[in-house]
Amino acid sequence: MSVFIDQTTRLVVQGITGRDGSFHAKQMIAYGTKVVAGVTPGKGGQRFEDAVPVFNSVAEAVHESEANTAVIYVPAAVAASAIFEAADSGIGLIVCITEGIPVLDMTRVLPYVHERGARLIGPNCPGLISPGKSKVGIIPGNICKPGKIGVVSRSGTLTYEIIHQLSTNGFGQSTCVGIGGDPLIGTNFIHCLAAFEADPETAAVVMIGEIGGTDEQQAAEFVKSEMKKPVVGFIAGQTAPPGRRMGHAGAIISGSSGTAAEKMAALATARISVMKRPADVVPLLKERL
Amino acid sequence: MNLHEYQARDILRRHGIPVPPGEVASRPAEARAIAERLGGTVVVKAQVHAGGRGKAGGVKLADGADAAKAAASAILGMTIKGLTVQKVLIAPAAAIASESYVGIIVDRASQRPVLMVSPAGGIDIEEVAAKTPEQIHRLAIDPRYGLLSHQALALGFTLYRDVKQARAAADIMQKLYVAVYAVGASLAEINPLVTTPDGSVQALDAKISIDDNELERRPEIAALRDLSAEAPAEVAARVAGLTFIKLDGNVGCCVNGAGLAMATMDLVKYYGGEPANFLDIGGSSNPQKVVSALQIITGDPNVKAILFNIFGGITRGDDVATGIVQATKEFPLKVPIVIRLTGTNEGEGIAILKRAGFAALADMDEAVKQAVAKAKGKAA
Repeated sequence: MSVFIDQTTRLVVQGITGRDGSFHAKQMIAYGTKVVAGVTPGKGGQRFEDAVPVFNSVAEAVHESEANTAVIYVPAAVAASAIFEAADSGIGLIVCITEGIPVLDMTRVLPYVHERGARLIGPNCPGLISPGKSKVGIIPGNICKPGKIGVVSRSGTLTYEIIHQLSTNGFGQSTCVGIGGDPLIGTNFIHCLAAFEADPETAAVVMIGEIGGTDEQQAAEFVKSEMKKPVVGFIAGQTAPPGRRMGHAGAIISGSSGTAAEKMAALATARISVMKRPADVVPLLKERL
Repeated sequence: MNLHEYQARDILRRHGIPVPPGEVASRPAEARAIAERLGGTVVVKAQVHAGGRGKAGGVKLADGADAAKAAASAILGMTIKGLTVQKVLIAPAAAIASESYVGIIVDRASQRPVLMVSPAGGIDIEEVAAKTPEQIHRLAIDPRYGLLSHQALALGFTLYRDVKQARAAADIMQKLYVAVYAVGASLAEINPLVTTPDGSVQALDAKISIDDNELERRPEIAALRDLSAEAPAEVAARVAGLTFIKLDGNVGCCVNGAGLAMATMDLVKYYGGEPANFLDIGGSSNPQKVVSALQIITGDPNVKAILFNIFGGITRGDDVATGIVQATKEFPLKVPIVIRLTGTNEGEGIAILKRAGFAALADMDEAVKQAVAKAKGKAA
């Protein structure tokens, strides 16, 4: 098994004819993801790569192709609208790759998605991959291997670094989820940890956090009270100065809260093995498994 | 992006919030003219993006126009927390009966805008939260309905017993909420919200931070950016489409992705070095961005070694390699460079580097160790 996506995932790509959307749609198809439809308003009736039908709206795409998952590659100015549209069309899992959505837009998007019973992953995330089964987003498929480690992360390339360490040392992954670097996101650490705990094929979880907010501290509480599977954790930004936004909109130390030291201490009290550097992931997993 | 006090006051005023008069000056003679117009005792306040202006001597009372000119001369050009004062605000010295706090932030935990109100105003709200948290009243606002009148009034009564004042405060809170969405603020504070001896309620000082993601669709707000308040290298980086933050160390870092960039800085520290900067070249593959990045890094005289850490996903190794080679043709690097390159098109990238006489490593730890050693002047 895996979490959130697998062979039954039927994907609609919003923005399939755009620069990023078309590039990554091809990569996902090559990986074996069932890309059943694309959406670009005004291009309905065309076929992407002579194969995937393109529709004017997500509702049409769902009606015609029975898509159950959507991935969004549209520009930031229209990305909030794309999430609203996906939620309105009965999509169960919405993955938003787009970076740069204003946080006040997200205060309106999140309750809307929630009320329609959909799950949003992101925005500003690399998406997710269940190796050998399905890939939704931009995580490079060639660095992943099927296996028993669940990975959840707020970052993109740092996640690739850690997946690479895992794969080259014999630790394949059940699912890798990039939840996104924004302050307001649809799916947080706890949602992913709960899914991994319930997944019989996941044996251990690697969580990769960073400075800013208190999501990691809350995740530590969850691990302490609700999880039996071993968890290994990393926090990026130990050398980050306070008050500065470190690339990700959500990676900012406000006053004295949200520091790496505070988060690492919270993880440690929850029996999470804390990495000091990315290369520690393999030895710590070996200790715990 | 942070706004200056005078800019924040303008926004509040435009949204109908009572703000005392006041104007901004960048020369002492202008300050004198403004003080003359206002009459009486004025307060001259430094306009810099730093807290603790008063303690640093950046806020002075001045009795009359000549005194205002003298105060402005003293404050203009002064350095507060590394920032040079370019402008001062001149406002009447108000008689104050009470000071409180009203602020709205976007709260990550509740995923909503949260209104915070406290009768303990005039001091840093973080200090109030640490020492007397019971003095802060919070309300998570449902953005579908906005701040409702009865909610605002209930919070108004936590500040004032007098119904007129409570209503005035509630009205200010509702207008502040509208202003937050209108300008795209991630934080908007009135501190202090004051009552005057005649009973009126006014916003004496204000702080607004704009969500950077809002700037593209709000050019009128983006135009408020004060470039003089930022490090020149950070301005250059933004123009080049890079995220750059200067730090105090000597290992210049160039990385793709924010999380990996932070982890790279942390690893520099782990191996006994100090990072000179945070620099994320972003996800796109553009050799010119790499050239700009190297220009910015080599512009820092503290940098003794340059470290590239590239894990290609969307970013292609050949593009990064091309950028490095191109940069070295345009200007000398002056210091040693250590390159870690893996992921998408790593073979092509390594070949390009080799032809130009550079070596590339595959392992992040090894690259960081070498860069730290080279920054210390040792052979790695």
